[in-house]
This record gives sequence, C-alpha cells and structure tokens, in this order.
Amino acid sequence: MEPRLAPMLKDAAITAFVAAALGIFIVGFRTVDIGTGLGFEYHFVDLAIAVATVFCGRLGLSLAANGRRWPSMALGAVLILVGIAPMRMPSDFLHWFVALAGVLLIGRGISPWATDAVTSVQASPSGERAREVGTKWFGWMLLAAAVLLPFMPFVDQKTMDLSVLILTYVMLGWGLNIVVGLAGLLDLGYVAFYAVGAYSYALLSTQFGLGFWAVLPIAGMIAALFGVLLGFPVLRLRGDYLAIVTLGFGEIIRLVLLNWVDLTNGPAGIGSIPGPTLFGAVFSETPPAGQRSFSEMTGIAFDANHRLIYLYYIILLLALITNAFTQRMRRLPVGRAWEALREDEIACRALGINPTNTKLTAFAIGAMFAGFAGSFFAAKQRFISPESFVFIESAIILAIVVLGGMGSQIGIVLAAVLLIGLPEWFRELGSYRMLAFGLAMVLIMVFRPRGIVAHRRPSILLHPPNGRPPYLGGGR
Amino acid sequence: MSAALIEVEHLTMRFGGLLAVDDVSFSARPREITAIIGPNGAGKTTVFNCITGFYMPTVGRLTVHAGDRPMLLERMMGHEIARKAGVARTFQNIRLFSGMTALENLLVAQHNRLMRASGWSVLGLIGAASFQQAEAAAIETARGWLERIGLLADADRPAGELPYGAQRRLEIARAMCTTPRLLCLDEPAAGLNPHESSELNELLVSIRDRDGVGVLLIEHDMSVVMSISDHLVVLDYGRKIAEGPPAQVRLDPAVIRAYLGAEEDEAANA
Repeated sequence: MEPRLAPMLKDAAITAFVAAALGIFIVGFRTVDIGTGLGFEYHFVDLAIAVATVFCGRLGLSLAANGRRWPSMALGAVLILVGIAPMRMPSDFLHWFVALAGVLLIGRGISPWATDAVTSVQASPSGERAREVGTKWFGWMLLAAAVLLPFMPFVDQKTMDLSVLILTYVMLGWGLNIVVGLAGLLDLGYVAFYAVGAYSYALLSTQFGLGFWAVLPIAGMIAALFGVLLGFPVLRLRGDYLAIVTLGFGEIIRLVLLNWVDLTNGPAGIGSIPGPTLFGAVFSETPPAGQRSFSEMTGIAFDANHRLIYLYYIILLLALITNAFTQRMRRLPVGRAWEALREDEIACRALGINPTNTKLTAFAIGAMFAGFAGSFFAAKQRFISPESFVFIESAIILAIVVLGGMGSQIGIVLAAVLLIGLPEWFRELGSYRMLAFGLAMVLIMVFRPRGIVAHRRPSILLHPPNGRPPYLGGGR
Repeated sequence: MSAALIEVEHLTMRFGGLLAVDDVSFSARPREITAIIGPNGAGKTTVFNCITGFYMPTVGRLTVHAGDRPMLLERMMGHEIARKAGVARTFQNIRLFSGMTALENLLVAQHNRLMRASGWSVLGLIGAASFQQAEAAAIETARGWLERIGLLADADRPAGELPYGAQRRLEIARAMCTTPRLLCLDEPAAGLNPHESSELNELLVSIRDRDGVGVLLIEHDMSVVMSISDHLVVLDYGRKIAEGPPAQVRLDPAVIRAYLGAEEDEAANA
C-alpha cells in the first residue's frame, strides 16, 4: 500500500507542536540580570530552528518507518548541510543539534541494512568466532593506541590530562567490575575505598616520607582490609539492602575524613603530597635537597610534560594490571564461583560454595584496586580533600560498569571514554553540556539496554574453535 | 538390612502457626532410591529444605552416616551440608547458572576441590602445574557427565538456552559433580514428556547402581516412582502415613484415602 504523506505531515506537526510547547519555557525565555532586577531575554529564533529540526526529524523517521528510506536520508543530508552551513545561528549548539539530527536520520536509514549484515554474519557458524577475533583485535589496537598516545603530534597537555583522567576511571571501572559485574554485588560506596587508598598514600608519604612505589601495595592492602571490614557484616544482605549499606559506608568514610581533623586535616585537605618517582628521580625543575630530578638523571632538558607522561604510563600500567588480574581470576575457580553467585546464590549454597567467603574475596579485591587507584590519584593531584570522594563519583564509576555491559572489560573502556571524555569534549557547549551527556546515556540505554558490550565470553570452552585442549587456557 | 545413609528422626517444622511437617521419621539407605510422595502441600519440599539446610527444623534430628562418623545436618551451615556431609540437591524450579555454559556449571559444582587445588587462587594465578592437572581432571569429570546426559555437543552453550529436559538433566549432573553420598531430587520429572522421563529413569538407576549414590526423590509422576524406587515414604498433611516397598505402599488403605479421598468423598464426587 502506498504510504500517504498527509498523516505523516500531521504527525510531524503534532510532534513539532509538543516540542514548541515544551521548549518555549526552556529555550524561549532566559532570565537575565538587567541591573534594576531580573528581565527576560528572548530566544525565539533558537526555538524556531529547534522546532523546525524536530519537525524534519519526525517526518524523516516516519518516512523511514514506512519504507521510504531514500527520502528520509535525503532529508537527513539536508539537515546536515544546514547544520554545517556557514550561516549565522544564534548559538553553536544549534549547528550541532541540526547536524546531529541529520546524522541520526541517515543512521536510521542505513540501520536496516547494517542490521541485516550483522545478523547474517552472526548467524553463520564463523560469526561467533569472528566477533571473538574482532574484539581481541580491537582490544590490542586500543592498547597500541594507548601506549603510543603521548608521542602523537596532535596531543597537547589538555588531551594528556584528560587521558589520565579517563584511564583512572577505566581502572576504577575494572576494579568495580569484579564486585558488580562478576560477583553481582551492587556497591554504591566504591569511592570509599578510593578515598582510603588516597589518604593512605597522602598520610604515609607526608608523615613518614615513604615513596609512591612503597606505599602503593600498602594502600591497596589497607583498602582491601576496609573492604573485608565492611563486607563481613553486610554481605549477608542481598541486592537493594547491600546497595543501601554500601552507600551509607561511602558517606561514613567521607564524613570521617571531613571530621577527624587531627588525622586528615578535615575539609582543608592534605597538600604538598610528593609525586611518584622514577628510580628515585623526581619530576621537578628544582628537586628537593638530596634528590635528583628526571632531567638531571637522563640529561634530557626539563619539560613540564614529562611528569604528565610519566603519570600517564603509571596509570596505564596499573589499569592493565587490573585487567590482566581480572581476566585471570575469571578463569580460576573463584572467578567462576563469583559469576555463579551472581546468577544464583541459593544454587551455590546447595553446591557447597561458601557464599560469604566468596563474596568477601570479590569485595576485598575490588577494594584493593580502588586503593591502588586512590594512591595514584593522590600522587597525581598532590592535594586531596574529602571533596573529591563524594557519592557522585561512585555513581559515575557504577554507570561506567553498567553502560559498558556488566562483566565486559572492553565495554568499560568504551563507557569510560564516553562518560568521562564526552563531558570534557563538550565543554564548548556550555550549559548544554550535561544535556548532551544525558542524551548519550539515554541513547546507550535505548540501543544497547544490556550495555555497550553485552556478550558474555565463556571462561572455558570444551570445544575451542582452534582445536586446542580446553585446559590450556582457551583464549581470553 | 544395611545401615541407613540418612536418618530423619522426629522432624517437625513449624512456620508460625502452620505445622508444615509433623513428627516425621524415616531413613534412606545407600545405593537405594527412596521416594517421598504425597499430595500437594503434604510437606515434601519442606522435608527436603530441612535436610539440605535451607530451613532450620523446629524439632528433630537429621543424621548422615558416612563411614563410622555420624554427622548432624541441623547443626551445619547451609553450604557445609553439601561439602562435608555430601548431600547434594536439585530444585523444583530449575536453578542452573543460566548465563554460564553447561561446562562451567559442572565446573562450579567442583568448586571446593578446585579451590584447594588452586591454593585458594594463589597457585592458580601463577599457573602451577598441580592446579592445571586438577583442572584438567575436573574437565574430564564434567565431560564424562555431559556424555552421560547426552549434552556433550552443547557443552559450550549457555545453560539457559538448553531445552527444558536438558536443563533438568544438567542440574542432576551438576549435583553429581559435587561427588555426593546422597542426591536429593525435587520433582526431577516435572514437565518432562514420556520419552524424557524414561531417560530420566535410566539416569537415576545408573546413578544408584554405577555411582553407588543414595537417591532421595520427591516425585508426582507415578511411572517414575513405581518403576525405579526401592522404598517409598508417603506424607499427607505433614505427617507420615505409610512407608515401605512400592508394591506394599500402593495397596495401603491410608495412601489410597490420601490420594483418592475417603469413601464418603467419593460418593459425594460421583
């Protein structure tokens, strides 16, 4: 049957009307300080452009849904052209908005073909194998890119800072993945262990003069100890109850840090924390008495970026250790027991697995990695205060794990890049920044409800495709 | 008459005002299939949950005789019952680890042995040869069971994707991988077609004869119960109303009354 244009136009008009009704207050008016009080600034041109875009977008979607993919994609192309055209719009964001709508329409047009292609590949017996190999290659490429990144010509200090931040969250995500993704324990207070690690390093280095590499394992142990201390009484709880207790624990740690002024210096925080050293060399133009600087040791002229590059490689190394450890644990009995606990605790008990001990190991190991990351954070910032360890941090780390696809290591990398990177890259959008962030999260949840990488790779195969005996590792 | 494998004495379980199990005593012998039957709500699953440590009995003693050491189940933690006393169970509603593969399910069941072999993960992390041997042996055990239940080709499929009958068999194999003395099966034939249920009979008989494991069985399917069980315990309203070999129990007037109703009820129904 020939799809008719009139109902589609009507539908698009209704959508545009709704957009206009919602947008008139959000976009159309802005209150500004005009000296004598508050006044209005009118943004009706913005509103008109946005509503027109919504109209075109809805029309394009209806066309695509009725099998008219080419007109829909043409409409998308027009939107992109309008978006990137050098004409004057009231704000840069509108350019983005219009162009993005066009991209989405074209994506909608292409997606049926893409889906067909993907399903036909996945349906074939080699599809599973292809995905496996693809993921592996993608992982190695990411790793190579990460190793080479500091030497890329386009990389400036800002990018390096951001990369260090992203890698910190990748590491935290991988650590929390043990607790949430593998063992299925919803931990809303993960940042507490991060704080314990950070304060361990800050106090041990400023009070006792211990170096970063000496404190790193100690900080991990202390954090793991806190994990056991918290875990022992509360791991009998399940699901929501555990989440609430861990949430409370996170807040308690923050409040203790805030109020135990004698130890932690309270809200003023701890400053002048020494940075990490490389074989005893510090990264500073004027090394403290009795210490050598990196430039003196190597003879390379001093450059403030060296410190940043060194920090970058430290966190890359720490993150990779976390990853390797997790991958290995997953294939050990304890790792399988974690996953089994996530699937069904009652069945685990009937098989003679001690649920409390098994959960405790997951909790302690997750806390240990947060402790490592925390001491890195303290060494990088050189100043810490309870401000850095608020609940929103736990929420972001958890969002990284969930959006990445519970239990997937590579998904967490992608999610960390999205969740930490996007808000930074979108700084130009100004106040629309968090809107774009929210949109990205919604899009992930709509299109990949089980996370970016939802595929679970078995920890062992009886019939591995390359014919190796199963107990020789069986691939990552 | 050989010694009992498990002795249930004066087992009573009360939930608030409800008396679910009332002073039930019976015993099951090794290398025998003991079936617990009874109408819905008779307390069969409650007896099971007491034996396997999911409920703490209000009154009563549950003794497992392993060698010359009697072990009291009601004093053990839930997970110790499978590990120390060697009592494994399956569930009325299947409880497989559905996201994990069939092989992984069977390996998780060998957790305690593997955990010791992996030196509580330390030896495993460094890839010690002793652990790799233990893991290879565990995989062989699992492979053997997958072959026995006809799932060898499906070893690497997630357990939740398997057909219903296969999931039932896999759950039994998983319980057997804990190397139990006593295997407790809660309605293993529920939802199976006649062909699958005769396959199940063969499997249970081979578990009894080949593996020498005592089986305790709750079942509604009388074709299963009557053809393979050596001993029957009949419960009704939480009380034991009959016990003995199948041929004797099926003629017991109390049992007939419990299943078909008393004569005046029959008259009323007719």
